Amino acid sequence: MDQLNNYLFISAILFSLGVFGVMTRRNGIAVLMGVELILNSANLNFVAFSRFGGMNLDGHIFGLIVIVLAAAEAAVALAIVINIYNNLNTINVDEASTMKE
Amino acid sequence: MAEMLFWLIAALTIASAAMVVLNNQLLYSAIALLFTLFGVAGLYIYLWADFIAGVQLLVYIGGINVLIIFGIMLTNRISSIRLSQTNVQQGVGGVVSFWLLILVSMVITKTPWYQTTSAEPSSTVREVGTLLMTKYILPFEAISLLLLGALIGAALLSREAS
Repeated sequence: MDQLNNYLFISAILFSLGVFGVMTRRNGIAVLMGVELILNSANLNFVAFSRFGGMNLDGHIFGLIVIVLAAAEAAVALAIVINIYNNLNTINVDEASTMKE
Repeated sequence: MAEMLFWLIAALTIASAAMVVLNNQLLYSAIALLFTLFGVAGLYIYLWADFIAGVQLLVYIGGINVLIIFGIMLTNRISSIRLSQTNVQQGVGGVVSFWLLILVSMVITKTPWYQTTSAEPSSTVREVGTLLMTKYILPFEAISLLLLGALIGAALLSREAS
């Protein structure tokens, strides 16, 4: 728990799981969940480097801004997903491939 | 004791993250995402980032995860909730992300990271607040503008077309 590498490995595993989710999921919301995993892994890295680089709080500010960006992204993405569902009656990203109805 | 709890939290985080991407039922994935976010908040506490951990609990678990569960419930017919959730690229995706993990792990072990020791602060809230109001005032204002834009945009997008 006092080793930088432990946190970096946890974050790397989270990142690759998130990439796997983004690449293989069909459902738009599931893809969004993969993106959340990736954002969390990046955030964990920011805070870990801040802790082991002499408790420099700049990393915490980056982490805060990433969390706020994730909130904005989730709100807009879900609005888009619900719109796609209303128009095409599916939210599978491989089926919703047309630019107009 | 603290060491054991750390590994427990790490295992919980990774196991539920695997559930998020592998489970066939979307709602279970969303619940597993909740545990992942909870585990990451625990790791933040181990990293002495109490304020970030609180924000993670409030914004991620209280906001984003609830939003995702709403989205799942609004966009799924009950009959379609058990359909296959993965596309044909599962094999390729698995190989690519596994190699990504190997590559990143090699980078982590081979790089001599800059590290210094420091004393544990009693609380980071005051320092983070001071930084947000002095050094990072411009990003702070920009992010609040972005949130306003996202709010208006999401309301505009999801409203009924008149």
